[in-house]
Amino acid sequence: MTVASSSPPSRGGDGALAAVFIAPAMLGFLVFLLWPTLRGIYLSFTRFNLLTPAEWVGLDNYVRMVHDPIFWDSLTVTVEYVILNIGVQTVAALAIAVLLQRLTQSALLRGIVLTPYLMSNVVAGLVWLWILDTQLGIGNEIVTALGADRIPFLADETWAIPTIALINVWRHVGYTALLLFAGLQAIPNDVYEAARVDGASEWRMFWRVTMPLLRPVLAVVLIMTVIGSFQVFDTVAVTTAGGPANATNVLQFYIYGSAFGRFQFGYASAMSVALLVVLSAITVLQYRLTRAGQSDLG
Amino acid sequence: MAATTVTTTTTSTPTVRTTRRRFPLGRTAAWTLMGLIVLITLLPFYWILRTALSTNAGLNADPANPLPVDLTGSGFERALGLQSAEEAIAQGGAGGGLDFWRYLLNSVIVSTLITGCQIFFSAMAAYAFARLRWRGRDKVFGLFLAGLMVPTIFTLLPNFVLIKQLHLVDSLLGIALPSLFMTPFAVFFLRQFFMNIPHEVEEAALLDGAGKVRIFFRVILPMASTPILTLSVLTYITSWNDYFWPLMVSYSDGSRVLTVALAIFRAQTPATGVDWSGLTAATLIAALPMLVLFAFSARRIVSSIGFTGIK
Repeated sequence: MTVASSSPPSRGGDGALAAVFIAPAMLGFLVFLLWPTLRGIYLSFTRFNLLTPAEWVGLDNYVRMVHDPIFWDSLTVTVEYVILNIGVQTVAALAIAVLLQRLTQSALLRGIVLTPYLMSNVVAGLVWLWILDTQLGIGNEIVTALGADRIPFLADETWAIPTIALINVWRHVGYTALLLFAGLQAIPNDVYEAARVDGASEWRMFWRVTMPLLRPVLAVVLIMTVIGSFQVFDTVAVTTAGGPANATNVLQFYIYGSAFGRFQFGYASAMSVALLVVLSAITVLQYRLTRAGQSDLG
Repeated sequence: MAATTVTTTTTSTPTVRTTRRRFPLGRTAAWTLMGLIVLITLLPFYWILRTALSTNAGLNADPANPLPVDLTGSGFERALGLQSAEEAIAQGGAGGGLDFWRYLLNSVIVSTLITGCQIFFSAMAAYAFARLRWRGRDKVFGLFLAGLMVPTIFTLLPNFVLIKQLHLVDSLLGIALPSLFMTPFAVFFLRQFFMNIPHEVEEAALLDGAGKVRIFFRVILPMASTPILTLSVLTYITSWNDYFWPLMVSYSDGSRVLTVALAIFRAQTPATGVDWSGLTAATLIAALPMLVLFAFSARRIVSSIGFTGIK
């Protein structure tokens, strides 16, 4: 990402005009992004239920959070979800992107792969809720046809999180694949030609050419998808609503419940701050580890 | 990101005899994998269509039938609110009112409003960041970029408080307002394209006596029409599919959008004896507008999704 200046030198500044052009976006940025961020941090130090003014309570919410087993459970469940979701999605998206690049350049296939992304999480959740229904779902008809017992995919504590993770892989993998595909398109074809002349197999080319050259794009995609994945909510809300027995009570769902179910806005804000801290830490760490800012493409 | 169609020369060059001999097998395996991916992607769509065209009694009797059981349109009638309550209950529906057209209209209004305003305001800002010269430009842009890192959940609670104080809870404007003016992503995305437009084009327009405002409307916007279209479709899809924020803000039919209505439709049906026929029909109708929108724009969209700024 370059933040370099692009305008030609000379000629006076466009300060007044720029101010007009940037005004609406700046208004939106200040009112609905910057200020809420600051206010959220402030609210996390208060007791606030919307009805009476916020009351400053210092670190109470944070102390409560640290001692709240449900918070830690929901954080664990969320991390478990993110690892499953991102792990499967990244490998699958990479496979699809490489197939799209090395096998065919078909725009139709790219379009097909993207279709689940057009569905809302709510629709995707409902579709799979039906397919995976314990009694009537085709998923379990296939499972029993294969000779296994019916699996209560979304009603069982051990199955619920992996199932939700895979539902969201289904919805998002095409979009991720297209982002990676765009990265692959930037790799010059003569690199592959040269490798082929040297007698390299497709498999070897993938590890020696594709992966190293795709790394910066892959790193950024990974950062983006991890941030998105941590914010899982919709799918949980329509399929399991946090159950069974808190097994899918992901952090966002717990935050939502605390705010709108129990009207503990201060506590919900504190948990949001915790999430922000976790996400920032992960972003910085990932950026460093994957050297996302550097490219091997000369 | 220019969508360069690179023609992959997978065969040819006589020097690669070994790989060539092995290739058909690998190629067959690769195509099989691709076929499997397409199957997993599309089969759920067929299955909800098949379910929506079945009766609930039929679904109970014959769950594995690959074709619609007792082919009927009653699921769609129920989803569209065309059945009387008694009729709906008799066919396995909840019998509760579902003002489908209203939710559809709400979704259209909210998504159109957000897309139109957000893209236009973001384009204006992107133009100021990419093509105008002013002091502190790069610092302000850096601030906008930092906004990209803030997770949505973080701003949702305070924004809800603000919308409530503005007395906009339970209104379509309240749903649209937070994303009406900009998203850091939209500004970032468009700025990249604007920066790549050659300066000669702008210089020529300046020599012809056009002002910078005129250049923005007559030169820059038309030249960036494909990225703007792509961003618009993506924004439309995102706002159409948004669930968390509308769920927080809307309480009644007047401001209920399709995603929220669908989730409520699902919650209303009892855990046992869900109206699957009606529910899948509603799901299909809710998803249809995005499928149609995509069908018309897919060719240009799938080629221009990508990273604009990462080199």
